[in-house]
Amino acid sequence: MKRVLLLVLSVFVFTAAAPLEGGYQIGDAVADFKLKNVDGRMVNLSDYKDAKGVIVIFDCNTCPYSRAYNKRIIALNEKYATQGYPVIAINPNDPGKSAGDSYDNNVAQAKDKGYKFAYLTDEAQEVTRAFGATNTPHVFIVQRNGQDFKLAYIGAIDDSARDESAIKNKYAEQAIDALLQGKAVTSTKTKAIGCTIKWKNA
Amino acid sequence: MVIVVTGAILGPVPPLSAQQNDLIRLEQLKKSISEETGRIQVINFWATWCAPCIKELPLFEALNSDRKDVRVRLVSLDMDLDPNPDKVRNFVSRKKLKSEVIILNEKDPNSWIDQIDEAWSGALPATLVINNKNGKRKFVNRQLKPGELEKLLSEVQ
Repeated sequence: MKRVLLLVLSVFVFTAAAPLEGGYQIGDAVADFKLKNVDGRMVNLSDYKDAKGVIVIFDCNTCPYSRAYNKRIIALNEKYATQGYPVIAINPNDPGKSAGDSYDNNVAQAKDKGYKFAYLTDEAQEVTRAFGATNTPHVFIVQRNGQDFKLAYIGAIDDSARDESAIKNKYAEQAIDALLQGKAVTSTKTKAIGCTIKWKNA
Repeated sequence: MVIVVTGAILGPVPPLSAQQNDLIRLEQLKKSISEETGRIQVINFWATWCAPCIKELPLFEALNSDRKDVRVRLVSLDMDLDPNPDKVRNFVSRKKLKSEVIILNEKDPNSWIDQIDEAWSGALPATLVINNKNGKRKFVNRQLKPGELEKLLSEVQ
């Protein structure tokens, strides 16, 4: 009995501490989520029932890669919200580990940068874990199919963090363009260097 | 030999300091990772902007000074975001790092991250422990706790 309890406990601890391994795969319908926006209201993914899909981006205020990509994220929303693919940014970081990523800092960031998209705080980090997000910024593009939002792309915004003029592949845009044209996404998974998500201690 | 010939033509060649010799391309890195040198290799991917990386640096420094049977290398990925390698060199001298530091000079990370390890998300820090004698390798994509490096080393023995 004691051993079983220990086993159960250790599984629980491992699960709580494990930052990733898994998460949604391409083609999976993602579960609805409900998180607090910077205007104080709760936002559900299912609120976006008129969208063709959503560009979910795990992003934060503190990571130098997030800063390098900030204008590009704002531009993504400007370009695609009107075409049916708005951005939802989600800050996954534990403010206990990264003080600049508190809810109040998210509010300030959204105001300062003039965000016209939702900037949500994943305090429990459950949505972040469900998606299997690992770094910031980390893009997950979901396509709406009736009530379902199916995962169509996981990865980077483009292939050149340091120099926009050197970009050869705008991976996220290529994925959305394909979805808008009813075509298959060519690169469904890409990788980029980024800041690790700051998980709470288990 | 090549240096001598070049020196004869172009004049004296100054000795290569670590600072001049620290930029590395992916192909060179991959080749040196797979070289059998008799020592276990510990390769840490880090950057000067990465707080959890800097927190775990003392673990690699301690390993580097304590274990002569292990080759420790700190591979900076700073140039992915900032093309100025002096930022890394200044950091290394300010922190008085004794481990071998190399600076990866590559673009388009999606084209090479999987070549280091498919389990790597691209987030920093990441650490690779390789024993080329038996082909065992371990890859960890998070900040290490004290004692974890020693455990990884014993797992590839």
